[in-house]
Amino acid sequence: MAFTLALVQFQTRLGDVMTNLERHLAWIRQAKDRGADVVAFPELSLTGYIVQDLVPAVACKPLQDDPVFGPLLEASKQVDLVVGFVEEDRRSRFFNSVAYLSQGEVVHVHRKVYLPTYGMFDEGRFFAWGDRVAAFDTRFGRFGLLICEDFWHVSPPYLLWLDGADVMLFPMASPGRGIVPAEERLGTARWVETVVQAYAGLFTVFAAFINRVGFEDGIHFWGGSAVYGPDGARLTQAPYHQEALVLQEVDLRALHRARARLPLLRDERTSLFQRELARILEQRGLPKAPPRV
Amino acid sequence: MTKPSLPFVDLSINTDLVRRILVDFIRTEITRAGFKRAVVGVSGGVDSALVCFLTAEALGPENVLALRMPYKTSSPESLEHARLVIERTGVQSRTVDITPMVDAYLERYAPDADRVRRGNVMARMRMLVLYDHSASFGGLVVGTGNKTEILLGYTTLYGDAAYALNPIGDLYKTQVWQLAEAVGVPEVIVKKAPSADLWVGQTDEGELGFSYRLADQILYRLVDERYTPEEVVAQGFPEEVVRAVVERMRRNHYKRIMPPIAKLSHRTVGYDFLYLRDWGTG
Repeated sequence: MAFTLALVQFQTRLGDVMTNLERHLAWIRQAKDRGADVVAFPELSLTGYIVQDLVPAVACKPLQDDPVFGPLLEASKQVDLVVGFVEEDRRSRFFNSVAYLSQGEVVHVHRKVYLPTYGMFDEGRFFAWGDRVAAFDTRFGRFGLLICEDFWHVSPPYLLWLDGADVMLFPMASPGRGIVPAEERLGTARWVETVVQAYAGLFTVFAAFINRVGFEDGIHFWGGSAVYGPDGARLTQAPYHQEALVLQEVDLRALHRARARLPLLRDERTSLFQRELARILEQRGLPKAPPRV
Repeated sequence: MTKPSLPFVDLSINTDLVRRILVDFIRTEITRAGFKRAVVGVSGGVDSALVCFLTAEALGPENVLALRMPYKTSSPESLEHARLVIERTGVQSRTVDITPMVDAYLERYAPDADRVRRGNVMARMRMLVLYDHSASFGGLVVGTGNKTEILLGYTTLYGDAAYALNPIGDLYKTQVWQLAEAVGVPEVIVKKAPSADLWVGQTDEGELGFSYRLADQILYRLVDERYTPEEVVAQGFPEEVVRAVVERMRRNHYKRIMPPIAKLSHRTVGYDFLYLRDWGTG
């Protein structure tokens, strides 16, 4: 099974969902014309990233009759979509979410489980914490979605791996920073690329990050969206600092070859991991985050 | 002089990368606000020279107005260096002598003002001229303060610290020198001793009491790397300078933030009314 994955990095209009929806639909048409089967957008692609007090005003529900999701679900009859949005649940909790849409249906919604609330980040102030990490089946294979900070922690990609994800897509909005020491890339670009490439190789899966571009006040997003293959090689990368649509054929038969050569998945000792994790948590009393429901 | 034995961190930057980001920043943030032009006060110093070069690159020189605003005590060299910047960048320019405005006030209402007060009046008069030209030229005022002077508070509140956006406020002075050289700011401007030129013979480093190179090393450790002042001293940096830097940073913090509003209601500007300036644009 092979399919063509499109990554779209673009500038959003902060807090203007309908304008951003139009931009999505235009990019989707372009990607479709160029042969895409799946089109993935960055984190909070429908709203902009630093939404702060705009959160309740820009929230939507991934339902057929929603004015934002209606047109997206219609577009998903042509091509599968990954979009980022502020999700309001039935009890008006607001999540930083991404949805996978296909054939007019919502296949999966991932709610960000790690909300960075330190340094320049303040997501925990505005969003509720997601509490689930799960892979899901698509017409192109089993996928997993994580959002930005989720994959700065090693456990969510690991869980997706064990849950059967062969394609991991990581929408993100990474503020560019780190100019010392002087390198070709920003410090954040170097780190994200290193980590996602490592996941592809360590889990023998396809892994891609989709990072936005443009500015919000003085904050700059660096783009550089990339796809890595199950041998850890970089397959394609969008340019830094500018809007772009890049396409990459994802041939899942490469998984067969990679895992024949390097049987990391076969040899993964999940029972040992589970037993030792239980022992460590019991004996060492590691700090537990407050319950997130 | 700094001791060569000090463990200096290499603060060099990738100038191509930083230039790209800052030019994009100026263009994006000015156009999304509904403008296509900018106004820059060009003093003849390296900070405003760099900003003028970056802004000209971002918007096209025809969309940039460089203002030279000398006072009678300003060094002729400053005016000449500002002319060099205007010539090299090809931006539009105007010279506004602030002497009659400044003196009209000082002679009548503040004849005994010391040089610091006089300097502040000049800086704020320049702000007034810049903002009036912002309206007449239809461009946003681009700021020229660097990270070193912002952190040290070596700036006049509502004077040179007043602007619509600032491309170089996260670059230390030593990085400004490097980037200025890379974008083509004339060497004579990059190499000269930094001066606010508010009185004859004034130099930044003379007034501060330490060099920018040394201050940048200390600030980088304290601010970027989060070392304690004690740890910086233990690394061999002179204690009196470390103390002076820490104290300047603390004492001048008010210049870096919006003034506090007394909170009375459930929702108050500055505390829990949180929107970016770029709200609804882009």
